[in-house]
Amino acid sequence: MTKELTPQEMLRIDLTPPNRDWMDIPTVIKPGIYCYPAKPEKVEAVGMPNPHVWSPLDDDWGLPEDWKETFLEGMRERLNKHRSFKIFMDICVRCGACADKCHFFLGSGDPKNMPVARAELIRSVYRGEFTKAGQILGRLAGGRKLTEDVLKEIWYYMFQCTECRRCSLFCPYGIDTAEVTIIGRELINLFGLNINWIQEPVANCYETGNHLGLLPHTFKQNVEFMCMDIEEFVGIKIEPPFNRKGAEILFVTPSGDVFAEPGIYTLMGYLMLFEHIGLDYTWSTYASEGGNFGFFTSLDMAQRLNAKIYAEARRLGVKWILGGECGHMWRVVHQYMNTFNGPPDFLEEPVNPLTGTKFENAKSAKMVHISEFTADLIKHGKLKLNPKRNDHLKVTYHDSCNPSRGMGMFEEPRYVIKNVCNNFYEMPENTIREQTFCCGSGAGLNAGENMELRLRGGLPRANAVKYVHERYGVNMLSCVCAIDRAVLPASMEYWVPEVNVCGVSELVGNALIMEGEHERTTDLRGEEIPGFAKAEGEEVTEDV
Amino acid sequence: MAARILFPLAVVLAIVAVALIGGSISFLQPLFSVALLYVAFAIFFFGFMAKVIDWAKSPVPFRIPTTAGQEFSLPWIKWAKIDNPSTTGGVLMRMFFEVCLFRSLFRNMRTDLRSGWLIHSPTKWLWLLALGFHYSFLIIAIRHLRLFVHPIPGFVETLDAVDGMFQIGIPPIYLTDLVILLCVTGLLVRRLCLPKVRFVSLAADYFPLFLILGIVISGLLMRFVFRVDITAVKALANGIVSFHPVVPKGIGAIFFVHLALVCTLIAYFPFSKLMHMGGIFMSPTRNLANTTRMAYHENPWRQPPKFHSYEEYEDMYREYMKEAGLPLERE
Repeated sequence: MTKELTPQEMLRIDLTPPNRDWMDIPTVIKPGIYCYPAKPEKVEAVGMPNPHVWSPLDDDWGLPEDWKETFLEGMRERLNKHRSFKIFMDICVRCGACADKCHFFLGSGDPKNMPVARAELIRSVYRGEFTKAGQILGRLAGGRKLTEDVLKEIWYYMFQCTECRRCSLFCPYGIDTAEVTIIGRELINLFGLNINWIQEPVANCYETGNHLGLLPHTFKQNVEFMCMDIEEFVGIKIEPPFNRKGAEILFVTPSGDVFAEPGIYTLMGYLMLFEHIGLDYTWSTYASEGGNFGFFTSLDMAQRLNAKIYAEARRLGVKWILGGECGHMWRVVHQYMNTFNGPPDFLEEPVNPLTGTKFENAKSAKMVHISEFTADLIKHGKLKLNPKRNDHLKVTYHDSCNPSRGMGMFEEPRYVIKNVCNNFYEMPENTIREQTFCCGSGAGLNAGENMELRLRGGLPRANAVKYVHERYGVNMLSCVCAIDRAVLPASMEYWVPEVNVCGVSELVGNALIMEGEHERTTDLRGEEIPGFAKAEGEEVTEDV
Repeated sequence: MAARILFPLAVVLAIVAVALIGGSISFLQPLFSVALLYVAFAIFFFGFMAKVIDWAKSPVPFRIPTTAGQEFSLPWIKWAKIDNPSTTGGVLMRMFFEVCLFRSLFRNMRTDLRSGWLIHSPTKWLWLLALGFHYSFLIIAIRHLRLFVHPIPGFVETLDAVDGMFQIGIPPIYLTDLVILLCVTGLLVRRLCLPKVRFVSLAADYFPLFLILGIVISGLLMRFVFRVDITAVKALANGIVSFHPVVPKGIGAIFFVHLALVCTLIAYFPFSKLMHMGGIFMSPTRNLANTTRMAYHENPWRQPPKFHSYEEYEDMYREYMKEAGLPLERE
């Protein structure tokens, strides 16, 4: 379906909703927008309810007999467990400030993708089933009864939200659609109605320790393959430690970095950085996933997957934990992990062993972001860098949603980039930092079958990239998120084909002057760096 | 679509009609003034309390502030102390800006798609209308204290003088009367005319607007057209606050319309979206410090997680691990 749409056709978006009552507009589930349903064995693997075969296009979704009671009971339970949910059901004034803040609305024009409308899908059930006015007055009080069609509509739109929280930034009461979506998805999961792109990574992560289901030896092998590439392109041999007891630091990163381009180049950057500074650290094949697709399923599942990180840190006897570049991983690490599975009193307050810097902001959770760590190293002059090796790149930086609005990490990665690259350009101010736009495929929506949704959701980000591409010739979109690295290449290829995607640590790896390295004529991708090629050997500059 | 607009309008007009009749019949006047006011205030007070207590009963299991600026991080990185607070002081400042100046709404901008480009431009209309409406409402409410409190407090006198300083017309019109009329009308026009806002608007959104518009108009009518005996109104108000209510003769029917609309608003308040007044103080994305990595935040309903332990993992993959040279707990 998407294949047939050119960018020009895709851009024919009408952002004016119809002059009709939204409850009168039936929801039609469209191919290209929805994701395939969860396979029963993957639901069963983690002991979640009602594993069954079904299809969103069927009339019968295989709901259990008492699904309605279960849904409403689940809703009541969550109203009592989350003040956020309860307040957000009550106080929205529908001022519309959030309406045009959502990338899915801007890219699709589907009015039910306005954050306020998406939340109203559930709020209307709350009013219709839980409030007196709604029970008596029905639609006049904005209430509706829970029916199968309503459930299907909720399902459809809960998987058209990437929990990016951009709307929450603009809401005068801080109503956070991510909270509504998180709870909406929890309710959906009471009937085994997850999407497979989320459920399978969850099941994999539960058993093998990572989303991709890489077995211990494969995980190790993949990292070692990267070391072989480093040996070829850089000329140094790295032997990374795995599951090593007594290391000072446990390093955890999303498994996407171990597996696919361009994440693997980011991983090469990590490996080189740790080698460069002689860090006493270890990888773990057991806790080999920083990302947490459980977070897109239920908070309970998120907690269960997240538990492995502290458990492994305790088993290995490390002092603290260092985390790689990932978006929602850092939402979970920063705002949930300590509450889920902490406090980790068996660890020590993180101190950078090279600079002596205490990471005060992580003193309880004991987990530090690689960009915080790298920025500190650079600030203290601990890295030998040659930013000229990135001169062929004109770099911009995409703030990932979660480290932006669920953490506030803006300066650290920028400081790193500016020290390892000479050409850095910001995108327009309303599209970066706390106002950043989602890649369009977060929160488990990075499947293949919903490509139209992804490209539409990716439009606002891509549009801003296109602006700096045309204005400054930007050709590299850097980010600190594994999902970004997995999905932005497709979005760029469609909207701004001349721009590539990389992790910040890849840029660091390019610039690092490693002890014992050979003449660096290629970057970590094995592509010749203009001006550094062998033929122009005399001009090779290695001064910083 | 029409029902969501016409129904609340009809309700407001019905209230006006009933109050007009009730206010014209002298033996019904106590019912339409004293009784109504007592009942409305009781509903407001207990309803508001009940709602807030109900919210407070649900815990805040996770610390989830929406961070709108640089986190507290390395010492040399400038930190957004208010937009991303890590201290109680910072949170209080953030809440002050949020509650008193509508900080988040001030960020508002509009995004339009023009010839293939998404254009994001700042727009302050909603912020301006909201701020104008809320502050003039507050000042008008404070000005009304002169009817209830004896002697009239100094700050009410001062506010009254400042608000009326422009001396436009006789009797002079208050600045806030003009502002609230403009702002409420603006908010209503916005809701009716902007397709995105109209699409999501419910009867519950139009009702308070019609109600408040009715209150403002009836108030202005009382001052400029159907003058009511202000001494009589004062006597009535005094009686109500001292719990010795008397209804003096000669108060015009328009006063009872004004009062009935006010009472409706007050009584409706706890069951409506107007509770955002209380809710904003309790919103977990705004009133929490961004300190989850710095300090432990407890979830009262936390259960220990059931997860796949390392031992199970090693048992499952021991052979592979051995072959790959990975260290093992048990050979």
